[in-house]
Order: sequence, then structure tokens, then C-alpha cells
Amino acid sequence: MMEQTQPGAARLESIRPGDALPDRELKPDNVQLFFYNAVLWNAHRIHFDAPYATEVEGYPGLVIAGPMIGDWLNQAVEEWLGEDGDLIAIEYSNRAASYIGETLVSGGSVTSVDHATGELVLEVFVKNEAGEIIAPGVARARWSTR
Amino acid sequence: MSSLLSDELLSNIGRQTSPNRELVTRREIRKYAIATGNRQARYLRGDQAPPMFHVALFWDVVELDQLSPDGVSIDALLPKFPLEKAMAGGLHIEYLQPVYPGDWLTATRTLTDIYEKEGRSGPLIFYKVDMRIENDAGEAVILEETTRILR
Repeated sequence: MMEQTQPGAARLESIRPGDALPDRELKPDNVQLFFYNAVLWNAHRIHFDAPYATEVEGYPGLVIAGPMIGDWLNQAVEEWLGEDGDLIAIEYSNRAASYIGETLVSGGSVTSVDHATGELVLEVFVKNEAGEIIAPGVARARWSTR
Repeated sequence: MSSLLSDELLSNIGRQTSPNRELVTRREIRKYAIATGNRQARYLRGDQAPPMFHVALFWDVVELDQLSPDGVSIDALLPKFPLEKAMAGGLHIEYLQPVYPGDWLTATRTLTDIYEKEGRSGPLIFYKVDMRIENDAGEAVILEETTRILR
């Protein structure tokens, strides 16, 4: 078990359901989207071929990759945890598409915290410019004794 | 009774890919961390793989002539569904062990379920694919369940 003198333990004690994770503004551009799909080896044209995405598929622009948006939910949790805990599970869905040029915001809040076991449940989101949640998620984390 | 899902289609439940073994490298971790806008030093340095790095590690490395005109490759695990328009998908990931450069990981994907629901504007087909990622000792490292919806 953690000792009360550790800074991480003191921080855990102060966490309450409803605590907010910091918001983060995300402005992916086509270079970032290209890098992301290149590292996957994903050639789906809706992510890099603007004439194809708009004229053939009828999208308003280049489509931001769904799993990259999912990754930002993971980052929201990990940045909030810092060195104090580990992300142990996450579930999310891509509810609506978003497009290059949009500014997205990631964030979340604490749903529950067990001060004895160090287990936390967090609700996370990525919102679009209209404030609609395009990717809702639920994460589980565990406070570490590091 | 289901109207869209034939017994033949449902017989694909349980289908599995052959295991895919890949090496985790510092270079690939760094590229993934940079591309996703990660801000944590241990990932940007490539000392440890960030969450969801496995998505890149196990994306199919297809050849150019395996791509359809839209740039997508056919997923050999999936049967031909009577509905084809893909809607929102969901992911559930469990991170059981950290991943470091030098690790060899093996992923096996299984089609675990196909079912139908009535949506507001017609029938929907759901399917689930499990990906089990294990290390060379056979221990589970990451478990991922994908749910996709077709309309």
C-alpha cells in the first residue's frame, strides 16, 4: 500500500468525482494526418486525396482518422495521470466524422475514485468546434506506488 | 428471426487470422508519438510505446495491387456482408503490460460475433473482432475488441 507521505498518494486523496481533466485544443493539419496514416501504412484516400474526398465521397474535406482521435482520448488520461498512475483500459467510439481545418478539444472528468485501491474511472471526450462530442470514451486507471 | 444474416454468413463467427509477429522499434514508436501529437518525453524518445501504438504495429502491410481504388485493402478476416456502408465503430482496449523497443509481439484477430439490430432508418449489422496481442512468453500484453456497424 501507498504511504501518505508520497506526493502521489496525497494527490490521490484529493481527487473527487467530477474533477475535470484539462482541456486540450487539437488542430491537426494535413501534414500530421499524412504522418499518422503513413506510420500505419493506411492508404485510404479520404485522408490525403482532397479531390477524391470531396468530389467522389462527398465529404467537406479530408477526414481526420478515427483511431487518431481515439489516441487523443488516451493522451488526455495519461497527461492527467502524469507519473502518478497507469491507464489500464479504455473504450470509445467514433460517433461523427471531423475534417482538417477544424479545431477539436479533448478533455474529461473523474467518474469515480476508490481511495483505498487507487482505481479510477474517467469519462473522456473529443468535441468538435460546435461543441458536439464526436468521440466519447470511458477509461480505467490505477494509481501507482512509484 | 434474422432477415439479413444467413446461416452461411453466421458460420464465419470464430474465424481467425494467422498470428502476425512484429518487432517493436524505437524508430516506429517515435514516428507514432510524433504523428499523434504526443507530448510525453518517454514516448517521443522511443523509450516506451504509447497506448494504441499497437494499431500502427499491426495494421496490415499490404502491397499496392491489394488496394481498391479508394486506397483501402480488403480485410481477409471478414465475410461479404449484405450491408456495406460503414458507420461509427467502437474500440475497447485493455493494457495489461507495458511495451518497449525490442519486444516481439504477436497479434491474432478473431471474428467473434455478427448480429443484427433494427435502426431508426432500417436494419443494422454489427460485428465484433477481437485482437489478442501477446509476448513471446505467451502472456497477454494488450486485448482489443472492435465493434463495427454497417447499414
